[in-house]
Amino acid sequence: MKKEEQKAKQTAKVKDKGQNDLKMKNQIASKNLKGKSKNVQGVKRKKEEVEEEEEENSDESEDESDMEEDDSDVSDDSDVSDSGEVTGYTDHNKDWLKPAKSGEADSDNDDSEDDIPDDFSDDELSDDDSDEDDENSDEDDEDLLPVEKKAKKLEKKQARDKKLAEKELMTNITQTEKYTLPSGQEVEQETNQPPDITLVQNRIKEVMGVLADFKEKRTEGRSRQEYIGQLRKDLCTYYSYNDFLMEKLMQIFPLEIHEFLEANEVQRPVTIRTNTLKTRRRDLAQALINRGVNLDPIGKWSKVGLVVYDSQVPLGATPEYLAGHYMLQGGSSFLPVMALAPQENERILDMASAPGGKTTYIAALMKNTGTIFANDANKDRAKAIVGNIHRMGITNTVISNYDGRIYPTIMKGFDRVLLDAPCSGTGVIAKDVEVKINKDEKDIQRCSHLQRELILAAIDSCDAKSSTGAYIVYSTCSILVEENEAVINYALKKRNVKLVPTGLDFGREGFVKHASDPYMCASKREYYNPGFKGFLPSSG
Amino acid sequence: MRPLTEEETKIFFEKLSKYIGENIKLLLDRPDGTYCFRLHKDRVFYVREEIMKLAGNIARKNLISMGTCFGKFTGSQKFKLHITALDFIAPYAKYKVWVKPSAEQQFVYGHNVMKSGLGRITENTPQYQGVIVYSMNDLPLGFGVAAKTTQECRRADPMAIVSFHQSDIGEYIRSEEKLV
Repeated sequence: MKKEEQKAKQTAKVKDKGQNDLKMKNQIASKNLKGKSKNVQGVKRKKEEVEEEEEENSDESEDESDMEEDDSDVSDDSDVSDSGEVTGYTDHNKDWLKPAKSGEADSDNDDSEDDIPDDFSDDELSDDDSDEDDENSDEDDEDLLPVEKKAKKLEKKQARDKKLAEKELMTNITQTEKYTLPSGQEVEQETNQPPDITLVQNRIKEVMGVLADFKEKRTEGRSRQEYIGQLRKDLCTYYSYNDFLMEKLMQIFPLEIHEFLEANEVQRPVTIRTNTLKTRRRDLAQALINRGVNLDPIGKWSKVGLVVYDSQVPLGATPEYLAGHYMLQGGSSFLPVMALAPQENERILDMASAPGGKTTYIAALMKNTGTIFANDANKDRAKAIVGNIHRMGITNTVISNYDGRIYPTIMKGFDRVLLDAPCSGTGVIAKDVEVKINKDEKDIQRCSHLQRELILAAIDSCDAKSSTGAYIVYSTCSILVEENEAVINYALKKRNVKLVPTGLDFGREGFVKHASDPYMCASKREYYNPGFKGFLPSSG
Repeated sequence: MRPLTEEETKIFFEKLSKYIGENIKLLLDRPDGTYCFRLHKDRVFYVREEIMKLAGNIARKNLISMGTCFGKFTGSQKFKLHITALDFIAPYAKYKVWVKPSAEQQFVYGHNVMKSGLGRITENTPQYQGVIVYSMNDLPLGFGVAAKTTQECRRADPMAIVSFHQSDIGEYIRSEEKLV
């Protein structure tokens, strides 16, 4: 800062010299001078900007002082014409100086009238002023050194610049403070045009701000519903969701909607699960690192998971993958299996198992003992189970192709049942962005209905008198209440089951208010990776 | 799902013995339970008895797989061993071929093993003997048939084939839908 000031003074000195020249030399010289004074202005402006940033906080007090200075400026301006006469030019000088002077004086007048100085005229004005001020101060206080006079002048200029800048700033502030919703006409107009993304983004931010402190920031006469409606519309435009889904999401995340939508835009990290039947995590990690894969353990909660940051080889085609040492699997899909906690020598049913990620994890936990029935309604997808199970070296699994709803008529007496139900996929939008647009009320209802039938089938397949288990885990990759809490609630009413804790110490409590059963809080909403929820009702 | 007939058993065991010799009986007499071979839709499955019995609940057309699939009978009543059997064949294999890391990829993509890619080979391997192909860090990659005896391999030129490709673990990706 000091340096700049010094620089300004230095240049000011140059100008001073120029002034002397002006007194003696012709018009061309005076033009040169103007150029130099412009330089000064530039330097000062820079400095001004820095100061503005620092002093933005004390706006009001300065504003007042500025006003005072403003007055003084005006008086200075009026002096200009007077002192123009009284400058003490010699008569013949006055004669040849006059034409140039008059031109400048004109611009000066313009400035004072408009009060909106553009750079050019401002320069001339300041140049002019400095001349006059100089003369004035000469008269007032002749003891002052030329440097001191310059300093005085500089201060004045700074004050004026600051005032202008502040005016600008104030206009900006008032714009942001008084945010109003667009009127009906504006909205209509907007619908006819392609959406302006930056405008929409701005409006989202503003409306969120208003909604966060509605009492203070709202515009009189506009209801909260109007704000929310506008926000929903803008979010739909900005993130390209359909209106129905956005409404649902906003109900679930009244506060965190923005974070949720942003999270959906981000790609999930690639995670793999070690096949403990064939290798150990440490050995696998070493083998993969040797192939140029950058990875880390997934976290304290899992002993088999690895998260992959980047890889030089395709992870789905390394010899280790082909030999069944690991499985490409989302971190969140470990959780239903961990909640199921299968024991050795049990009989387990996985009702909707394709492509077999969770099934192979169950088998690994059971160390290939007992029996697993992996079922999937889709024959083509069931083939993926076959591949994965054989690759991972799992021998205790029977793969069937039934509609899960009729499974109790085929077989009963399972110790544990995992129902990873087919769903709308609203929790894994990052994986499949189609969901944003193509899901509507009907789809959700259809899903929900199917899920209700499936969960009853799952409960019926389970052996309530099992000595080791009789647990059912229901999980989906949807975050909608209709597909989760509502389904559980239905099962609680229809069958003699109760909810038990999942044994997972993270995730959020389920939405209790939807349930008549106080145990609903035992269900988990899990937003770890994709939105995912595990429930663990136990039958009997 | 039914047990194999005499004829089928003969063909199947003949094929299996090419790779593991008399070790077949180790597959049948296991200390951890009774295991059996069952035929289902021309496929031969190797499965524990209790699981097999439970799988009887599933209708024939809905049963896709149980235990481990060893291979299938072709239309001309020959037996084709599948890569899925590798887990049970590899530990009992009598003759093995190790391939260098540079040739690993080649084999996993379905090519024969060349002399240049040959790392090691079991002593006294006869010609046309079924062999298990390993990577140098003892990861079973698939199986094939020895094209040359061990002696011949020593003085074969680098581009000569030492083992014909039969099946490899790359098939898990290449032909997932044809596995069973």
